[in-house]
Amino acid sequence: MKKRVISLLCVFFWLVVWQAGAMALNQRILLVTPVDAAVKLIELIPSADFWKSVMFSAGRILSGFALGLTVGTGLAVFSGRYVFLRKLLSPFISVLKAVPVASFTILALIWVSSKNLSVLVTFLICVPIVYINMLEGIDSLDPKLKEMSTVFGIPPMRRFVGIYLSQLLPYFRSAAGLAIGLCWKSGAAAEVIGIPDGSIGEKLYQAKIYLETADLFAWTAVIIFVSWLCEKAFMSVIKLLVKRVEKM
Amino acid sequence: MGVIVSDLKKSFGDNVVLNGFSHNFTDKKVTAIMGQSGSGKTTLLAIMMGLLPPDSGTVQCPAPISAVFQENRLCENLTASANIRLVTGKKYDRHEITAELLRIGLSNCENKAVSQLSGGMKRRVALLRALLAESEVLFLDEPFKGLDLDTKNLVMEYCKEMTKGKTVIFVTHDQRECEFFSDEVIEMNMFG
Repeated sequence: MKKRVISLLCVFFWLVVWQAGAMALNQRILLVTPVDAAVKLIELIPSADFWKSVMFSAGRILSGFALGLTVGTGLAVFSGRYVFLRKLLSPFISVLKAVPVASFTILALIWVSSKNLSVLVTFLICVPIVYINMLEGIDSLDPKLKEMSTVFGIPPMRRFVGIYLSQLLPYFRSAAGLAIGLCWKSGAAAEVIGIPDGSIGEKLYQAKIYLETADLFAWTAVIIFVSWLCEKAFMSVIKLLVKRVEKM
Repeated sequence: MGVIVSDLKKSFGDNVVLNGFSHNFTDKKVTAIMGQSGSGKTTLLAIMMGLLPPDSGTVQCPAPISAVFQENRLCENLTASANIRLVTGKKYDRHEITAELLRIGLSNCENKAVSQLSGGMKRRVALLRALLAESEVLFLDEPFKGLDLDTKNLVMEYCKEMTKGKTVIFVTHDQRECEFFSDEVIEMNMFG
């Protein structure tokens, strides 16, 4: 309880600093007050267009994230098994890790329509994070537990859940936690470059064109909130799964 | 049927560990294997459990088997109770496992991840897992290692009760454990 009060006070402190800064600057194009941003957000929320944009971007960014989780995990499993594949993928993963989002986005615009741009960009951001974390988890699997399961004749499904899943879930959890935030950041950035119709990125772009700084702050707040919400929801599901596996 | 070991030979490079070891481990009896470090006791157990192929010789061992390994070999992320259920399946419910954990002095730890338990507690969980698993033959490699005297007495009593009617092959360095627990003793020298 005390911790929560302290956290709220810290947030309040920075809001006051923001408000004071904006008032001192007195240039709404450069910096709006938090009150202005909040008012704009309240204006946006009831409109159908707002929800369409949120659903459009969330649907695509989360699809890219889910696809990245699946492919990253799958590649890590096979790389853990076959050294050749691990060596083959190593430069590809290093490149994926290092290439800037803007380069991905411009290249991706040539391949896919701007509508599905964020799916591809978030997928490419997510894959190396998940791959590297899961491969680390697979490398740290204790081979002696495999011997133990052979001696006790543990059935395959129970062996998978109790031995492999229980050891790999913490790695999956940290990979997913890291990836989901980055997916939202890179997805929104890709949308600003590709400007797909009806996306949050398009709204950010329009805010820039028309110098609507309040809109920019309001949409940024939306991205932060939805990203946080997705992370919390996803992590809660993983936490439940971890608890279930821990207790079997 | 007991465990019949015939003319086992095993070397690691130039290091001869077993050189023609043979023994009939009596059915439903506890046999202690004693011997100095490096005499091949753990290697013999690994071969009998089917984890290591011998260079030559045969092992006839009825199934199913269970074991306490030299290391605990527990899933550190799972609870004590889950580690046991991993091998027993639905044979015991949570309450029964909690009751058995209590009997070996492990209270309030059934829902704790094994990584949070002390070395002695982990050893007891590993031992209980082996004792509750469905088995004809039990292989115990220094099962009471790392336990203080009082706990060791409690656990040895429990172990003796739980292994009645089973074939047990157990490795130890401790003469007192051997006298208390075993029906027969074999001494292993270098090269078996």
